[in-house]
Amino acid sequence: MQVALRVGAFAAGGVATVVALGQARPPLLADDDQLHPAQYPWSHRGPLSAFDAASIRRGYQVYKNVCASCHSMNRVAFRNLVGVAFTESEVKEMAEEIEVEDGPNDEGEMFTRPGRLADHFPAPYPNAEAARYANNGALPPDLSLITKARHGGADYVFALLTGYREPPAGVHVREGLYYNPYFPGQQIAMARALYDDGVEYDDGTPATTSQMAKDVATFLSWAAEPEHDQRKLMGVQWMATLTVLAGLMLFMKRFKWSLYKTRRIEFRDV
Amino acid sequence: MVQFFKRPLLDIVHNHLIEYPTPVNIHYFWNFGFLAFICLAVQIITGIFLAIHYTPHVDLAFYSVEHIIRDVNYGWLLRYAHANGASIFFIIIYIHISRGLYYGSYVAPRHFTWVVGVFILLLIMATAFMGYVLPWGQISLWGATVITNLVSAVPLVGNSIVTWLWGGFSVDNATLNRFFSFHYLFPFIIVAIAFVHMAFLHQKGSGNPLGLIQPVDKISMYPYFIIKDAFGLVLFLLFFSLFVYFLPNLLGHPDNYIEANPIVTPNHIVPEWYFLPFYAILRSIPHKLGGVIAIIISILILAFLPWITNINVRSSLFRPLYKKLFWILFSIVLILGWIGGKPVEMPYVVIGQLITFLYFVYFLIFIPFLGRLEKFLVNYKTVY
Repeated sequence: MQVALRVGAFAAGGVATVVALGQARPPLLADDDQLHPAQYPWSHRGPLSAFDAASIRRGYQVYKNVCASCHSMNRVAFRNLVGVAFTESEVKEMAEEIEVEDGPNDEGEMFTRPGRLADHFPAPYPNAEAARYANNGALPPDLSLITKARHGGADYVFALLTGYREPPAGVHVREGLYYNPYFPGQQIAMARALYDDGVEYDDGTPATTSQMAKDVATFLSWAAEPEHDQRKLMGVQWMATLTVLAGLMLFMKRFKWSLYKTRRIEFRDV
Repeated sequence: MVQFFKRPLLDIVHNHLIEYPTPVNIHYFWNFGFLAFICLAVQIITGIFLAIHYTPHVDLAFYSVEHIIRDVNYGWLLRYAHANGASIFFIIIYIHISRGLYYGSYVAPRHFTWVVGVFILLLIMATAFMGYVLPWGQISLWGATVITNLVSAVPLVGNSIVTWLWGGFSVDNATLNRFFSFHYLFPFIIVAIAFVHMAFLHQKGSGNPLGLIQPVDKISMYPYFIIKDAFGLVLFLLFFSLFVYFLPNLLGHPDNYIEANPIVTPNHIVPEWYFLPFYAILRSIPHKLGGVIAIIISILILAFLPWITNINVRSSLFRPLYKKLFWILFSIVLILGWIGGKPVEMPYVVIGQLITFLYFVYFLIFIPFLGRLEKFLVNYKTVY
């Protein structure tokens, strides 16, 4: 009982101190008003590790079935997927499913045709105004560069997608917004998008919320940095070559300098 | 081979890169001048190839940079080498300048080499600033807006000058176009001035850690320093590659991967790391024009160092108090850099103001006073 009282008193004191400090602080900056994501063990995090192709493939499925209804990815073309997570014939089939406006033709008319490998991912809205109008005034950002354009990158995307929860007592969430501690300001216009079994994976992986969030974050990391695998591979080759070269250079330098490094200077009266 | 370079015209190579007498005792900190030249070459070469694919238009600039990264063969390598190359360039020249400060390289007879160097620093800063605007991300636009607005602090005509600089009433397409033009032009001016820097240097030759002036123990540039510079170059490339291949976006700001938007202001507008100490000085002065003057003086004051210093002893090795002062200045600049990246709130404001004050006190009081003190303590013989 006494212990409980002490703990209680201590906790109350702590809370009071925190509240007092909080009031003494200058106005919170928007950047500080959010939870920072944990660092997750991405399969591509290490300096020698490449993207998980199967995860990109599943992530594309999540993007196409869930995210793409509001978010564009206008920097990414279907051809980019070839050899990364899909075969050429698979991607051609995927591209042909969409209608692309092209033209003008010989008569000056615009026409639609099935998509080709060179086409970029279709955008859900014709322009930003239409996107805002359909989303309660909020503009869903383009996702092509999202992991490069946010602090924390893929960690942030994963934390945000899995971070929806009930607001703590006393926090009033504005109408049309949702509580998410990882979002700057903690109130986000996007509703929780990922629920267990929201998509059915082709490869039979159980589609839990965290699995889908992980896959789509991997896919978005690839979309933001498609050069990633080639870059790291080339980096390893280049660093290895330079290290050998550095050894040779050091030897050459010491060899050439050996005379000056081993000389002795005597000062004598003459 | 050596005979070949003894012909007329080619003998400039012979006299300045082969037979050129170099002090035997200069150590690896004397590699950084050469490395700065390599950085300049890397920036110019990658820059020329980037310009082939880049489009300086507000609607296309952001996407043309992404086009370079995604679609151009090895475009990501060009882009990341150029973007990180700027940061590495600043690391190299800051070390180069620190070496000059530590070993008193600015003292006559190399004072003009030093002054020309300060102007190169200013030009590099201007070039780097304009280059950062070109990708046309959020920080590009808003950074350009903040920095060009500093000119509006000029009394009476400030606002007119800003409009003239912008080519309009805000940072817009006209501004982007002219920044691209100047960003392409300035490096070639820097090359020219770098040759003037070299010409002044080669009148008396390199200094050395002992600060001795007599041409006693000098050896030829080739092969000793050519091979030493080559070894330094390989180490430099290793360090550079670490960023380009493994941490290409570490030194950048994530917000710059969001396309510039004149109606959305980023939460924090932070300059690149290499401007942070000066940015801290700017923000520490609670007066717009005062801040602008302070930031200009903080750099130009370096050019006056040869005349502020009133002692002919160069190297810190023989000036124990100056050596301590050097490390104090080093810490001052580091603290300023840290403050520059912090929001304007307590306690950063007070720390920044105090350290800014110390920065100027260092140059205007510590250095002249130290010279007098040393002359009082030790009876130096002036030997030229």
